[in-house]
Amino acid sequence: MSTTVTARNRDVLGNSALRPDGAGKVSGSFEFTSDMHADNMLWGATLRSPHPYARIVSIDTSAALALAGVSCVITSQDVPGKPTYGLISSDQPVFASDFVRYVGEPVAAVAADHPETCRRALALIQIEYEVLTPLTDPEDAISGKFSPIHPDGNIIRHQRIIRGDQSATGPIVVEGLYEIGMQDQAFLGLEAALAIPDSDGAGVHLHVATQWLHEDLSQISACLALPANRVRLTLGGVGGAFGAREDISLQVHCCLLALKANRPIKMQYSREESFFGHVHRHPAKIFMRHHADASGKIVKIDARFVFDGGAYTSTSPAVLINGITHTQGPYKCDNATVDGFAIRTNNPPCGAMRGFGVVQACFAHESQMDKIAQAAGISPIEVRLINAMATGDPLITGQTMESVAPVARCITDTANIPLPEPLPEIVNELALPGGSGLTAERSNIVRGIGWGVSMKNLMYSEGFDDFATARCTIRDGKVFLKFATSEVGQGFVTLAPQIARSVLGLDDVEIEPIDTQVGSAGSTSASRQTWMSGGAVDGACRLVREQMFKHVGSMHNIDPLRLVISDTDIVDQIGTFRISVQDAIEGFSCSETFEHHHRKTEELDENGQGNCHTAFAFVAHRAVVDVDPELGLVKVVQIATAQDVGRVLNPLSAIGQLEGGIAQGLGLAVMEEIVMKDGKVKNPSFTDYLLPTALDAPNVVAVMIEEYEPQAPLGAKGIGEPPCISVTPAIVAAIRDAIGKDLLRIPVRPQDICL
Amino acid sequence: MSDNEFYNLRVNGMSHQVQDSWVGESLLYVLRERLGLPGTKGACEQGECGSCTVLLNGNAVCSCLVMAATAVDAEIVTVEGLTTGNELTDVQQSFVDQGAVQCGFCTPGLIVAVHHLLDHNPQPTEFEIKEAISGNICRCTGYGRIFAAVEETIKIRNGAK
Repeated sequence: MSTTVTARNRDVLGNSALRPDGAGKVSGSFEFTSDMHADNMLWGATLRSPHPYARIVSIDTSAALALAGVSCVITSQDVPGKPTYGLISSDQPVFASDFVRYVGEPVAAVAADHPETCRRALALIQIEYEVLTPLTDPEDAISGKFSPIHPDGNIIRHQRIIRGDQSATGPIVVEGLYEIGMQDQAFLGLEAALAIPDSDGAGVHLHVATQWLHEDLSQISACLALPANRVRLTLGGVGGAFGAREDISLQVHCCLLALKANRPIKMQYSREESFFGHVHRHPAKIFMRHHADASGKIVKIDARFVFDGGAYTSTSPAVLINGITHTQGPYKCDNATVDGFAIRTNNPPCGAMRGFGVVQACFAHESQMDKIAQAAGISPIEVRLINAMATGDPLITGQTMESVAPVARCITDTANIPLPEPLPEIVNELALPGGSGLTAERSNIVRGIGWGVSMKNLMYSEGFDDFATARCTIRDGKVFLKFATSEVGQGFVTLAPQIARSVLGLDDVEIEPIDTQVGSAGSTSASRQTWMSGGAVDGACRLVREQMFKHVGSMHNIDPLRLVISDTDIVDQIGTFRISVQDAIEGFSCSETFEHHHRKTEELDENGQGNCHTAFAFVAHRAVVDVDPELGLVKVVQIATAQDVGRVLNPLSAIGQLEGGIAQGLGLAVMEEIVMKDGKVKNPSFTDYLLPTALDAPNVVAVMIEEYEPQAPLGAKGIGEPPCISVTPAIVAAIRDAIGKDLLRIPVRPQDICL
Repeated sequence: MSDNEFYNLRVNGMSHQVQDSWVGESLLYVLRERLGLPGTKGACEQGECGSCTVLLNGNAVCSCLVMAATAVDAEIVTVEGLTTGNELTDVQQSFVDQGAVQCGFCTPGLIVAVHHLLDHNPQPTEFEIKEAISGNICRCTGYGRIFAAVEETIKIRNGAK
């Protein structure tokens, strides 16, 4: 037998393995949750409040119930268990019973034979409201001049960070009050679920598009008053998430209808309903004042954050902590005074969206960095390099930066990416700002360049016992992986088999159904699944490998501790023993489960001090934009980026995350906003809520910085969120550079540029 | 409801009888819920996102905006009709190979739109590609890998000549 290892292109870690669900998704055969059907199925639909704040005087469902085709109508009185749910605080009613607190709050639901019957039935439900004056400005809640709109009060969370010399200052003092609009996750695959009641009517099986099956399970079973083992969840095909599927939306309603009607129920939101049915990115107002020495080095930061959490808590407390603990961005800072509020209002509830509080903080701190540079007479690159954080630096929370922190390298590698060619004098009009609107004139266009650099925490914080579970089984010469990790498009179903192939030397890997019949994997959020579920799959495969080596050792009379995997063989290190893994496992079966927990974190104390975060990742973005200053139109020409990724596990997946995140950050910079007026959403549609199209996509030039992260199970950091964080301030800085005007609010609207 | 009434739709070369349909049902609804062809997706109901793109007499249209009953005499092709047997088309294969698929919800509409583009304009410029798919919103990819997939398909077709 030859000892030469033949080079083979296997789908192991580091290679661009292709999606196992790719063929199904391109041919239309992949089953999304909204594609599911069951025999004897009915449709479910939700009645929502038209008022931001009102008292419910009466609800009359009789006319709806009398409509032909309607099976049942349910309200708060039909919730057998806990009347409320919520990720951090259980303060949101399954159905409003006494007050409605935002436009779109669920009040009732129906089950009927056709979606149109559902719509007609909803219109027949009579609700008498006493309309109340809504609390829509968070400052009114902070000042205490508005009486509580919820028994838990109007302030969801208040947290300070007090660090170092409170009177420290320097010759440079710059400040600004920054405003961030409400962004929608706008996943394409609308909320959908199929609930099938058990034949004995005492349990339910829910197929649902979600980010966290086990968290859904615990909230649903509490509301249904069913033991957790009588509620089973299976992940249906998920059409994107970006944070919007972390909270409960239709899950409880769908199960309640199925149990009441004793028939399978399918629910699917329309796009308009989706705008009301899930949480959004928090709108925020952030005041920042930076004190710096004459060279531009940060001496102290004062900041005040106000996040509008909307009517219910969702993840607002965690978003607030993420925001304020990222006040400094990826820069050294010894002294800080930070005050942060997450406020309850009668606006739509806000919660998780890619970037989770750090997006808001980053727009403020990056705008400030450019002001420091201007005052110190240095460039945007220089100001960031002289302040760049490194491993071992203290954060304003007192935590020490333990992660690999190649901030300076992110900046210099980005700066080394060539700038795009100047805009030609004769140019395709689609390349101009305004694109297919064909309104801009080449002669009016000015170009600008801007920078943004960010730090983002990975995984969960503040003492949460964050873990993921995976099971690896070898049976019939094949590997089976089982986990509850939500695949929402990010590609964990591609990565998990890569891990198994690398660890076990076997290529035939099958993923078992993703459901609650195994331990929790935690949420697909916080850039955490490669680290957490990846660590769990890696751990489970290693345990199986140990058993496999023992088996091979006993069969061949060799110490199993001498065995290693070499490509697809089991060998000893000196080349005297070699057997293909496939041959070695004939007749062998084994199954092992592994839970991966990350290092412990702590809560912040009253001064905002504590080791609250697990790990961090960094990224730099440089934006080049063309602006028509008269029309206020912007075309993002190029985004150059260098991202700290630890280790690239799948280059094709990784570039997809970077480019996709950049497009979402571009959306927040120049077009995406849920427009609110008096507690009402003015643009709940894709006609009025603008999303980046192929014509808006900039040329992305990306460098991935691979500095192995020793604390990460695979050496790889999460890469999902960083791309969308500092690209937004980079684009805004580029617009400022082009037009010479301070811009304090995102998204930047045409009138902000041209008026 | 129009009991005992029906009309015929010709989809992917086959005639389908649509029974008991409400007059207001969109082509998207009828394809998905009555004809068992869920490959075509709905995501905005306004013709903004292109997820529901099908070919209607050779034109790429948003099936959410077409009333099904008005498509009675038309030749309709959905994403399911592009594939022959289990073989992916060159466009579909390039989407998989180039990483143009993440969550995949926009993908069927994009596949139909790209087939339509390349059938009518086999050598599109960069801007012609961008314009042709600018009616198809993708929230995951930022479009970079989708452009790569279209370019890859063109390259393969050119090489095959």
